[in-house]
Amino acid sequence: MNITQAIRDILGSNEAFAGKADQLSEDDSLFDMGLDSFGSVQLMLALEERFSVEFPDALLNRKSFATIRAIRDAVSTLVRQEAA
Amino acid sequence: MESFSSPSDEALLDDEAAGGPTFLDRLFDHGLLIRTGVDGLYGRSGAFESVVDALDRLITRLGAADGAEVMRFPPGMSRPAFERSGYLKGFPNLAGTVHSFCGDSAGHAEILACVEAGRDWTGQQEASDIVLTPAACYPLYPVAAARGALPAEGRLFDLQSYCFRREPSLEPTRMQLFRMREYVRMGSPEQVLAFRESWLERGTAMMRDLGLPLAIDVANDPFFGRAGRMLANNQREQGLKFELNVPVNSVEKPTACLSFNYHQDHFGSTWELRQADGGVAHTACVGFGLERITLALLRHHGLDLAAWPAAVRTALWG
Repeated sequence: MNITQAIRDILGSNEAFAGKADQLSEDDSLFDMGLDSFGSVQLMLALEERFSVEFPDALLNRKSFATIRAIRDAVSTLVRQEAA
Repeated sequence: MESFSSPSDEALLDDEAAGGPTFLDRLFDHGLLIRTGVDGLYGRSGAFESVVDALDRLITRLGAADGAEVMRFPPGMSRPAFERSGYLKGFPNLAGTVHSFCGDSAGHAEILACVEAGRDWTGQQEASDIVLTPAACYPLYPVAAARGALPAEGRLFDLQSYCFRREPSLEPTRMQLFRMREYVRMGSPEQVLAFRESWLERGTAMMRDLGLPLAIDVANDPFFGRAGRMLANNQREQGLKFELNVPVNSVEKPTACLSFNYHQDHFGSTWELRQADGGVAHTACVGFGLERITLALLRHHGLDLAAWPAAVRTALWG
């Protein structure tokens, strides 16, 4: 499973990133580029559904969803925990 | 955020712990609040209202120099405006919608039969185009946006309304229908943040003058569910909401009597509200819980208004 591409696909469904999710660098600040609080919640819920994981409370913050890299790190950790 | 100590930070009356009547019971017993049979839905006595009125006037005096435009809305707002506001994203559990009977004569007879038999009669009620106002400023945003772009100096509004939140509780400070006074600032980020800062100072001074122990704390709104935990964490991380807390029901869980909120561009984007330069408007508000401040005064100065400290009475009634 290509986690990064899946994250880009999900981001592409957000109004702020429609049509440009593939051009985002891994370290672009998603919040600076238009992701708002509720958008980050929708992103979180879509990631949970896509990867069958649940973000623990400790990860329910802006930092976890600040960049594609941060999201991938969080999702990868959760997927590994799920598989273990 | 800085915390403020109190002028009189003695322990609250610990009547409940001692097995005595609760604060709510004492308010009923003294006739200050009047039972209706529904938790969080109370009548108010003349004495209680005299404090609410005095607070309302005090808040007017504190903000008078700013020249806010006064608007008063009834405690209901347009359902389409409510839906567009985004309230349901964060607080679906707190909303109250107005439903009305939309049936015919046969339906009427059926309702009466149901009431007579003690069965549910609400099946023929349909949602009307009115939703109970959840915060005093909610009806304002579409009205302000309809005027077009803000002038360069932004705008400032003065609001007060009964508000509804569906959260039955035996804590007298958590009413389902209560009055919220607000000043709402619209403009650039710098303008609205300066407004919020000024009210953090004014609000603190006001409550100190009323002889109340208080602390200013970073806060979050009670967003619903797991998604809500993330919204709450985001709000706290960004320092978007501060509350002025006073111990009323307990010292451990003080009551937010004032709140100072920076909405960023949330309402500006939602309502396409523009600054003079075309940028999305930012908004901020200060909210005063009129019943909550009244209850804090009753808790700390006693249920007999005539026996309140002279300085407090002077601050309220001159």
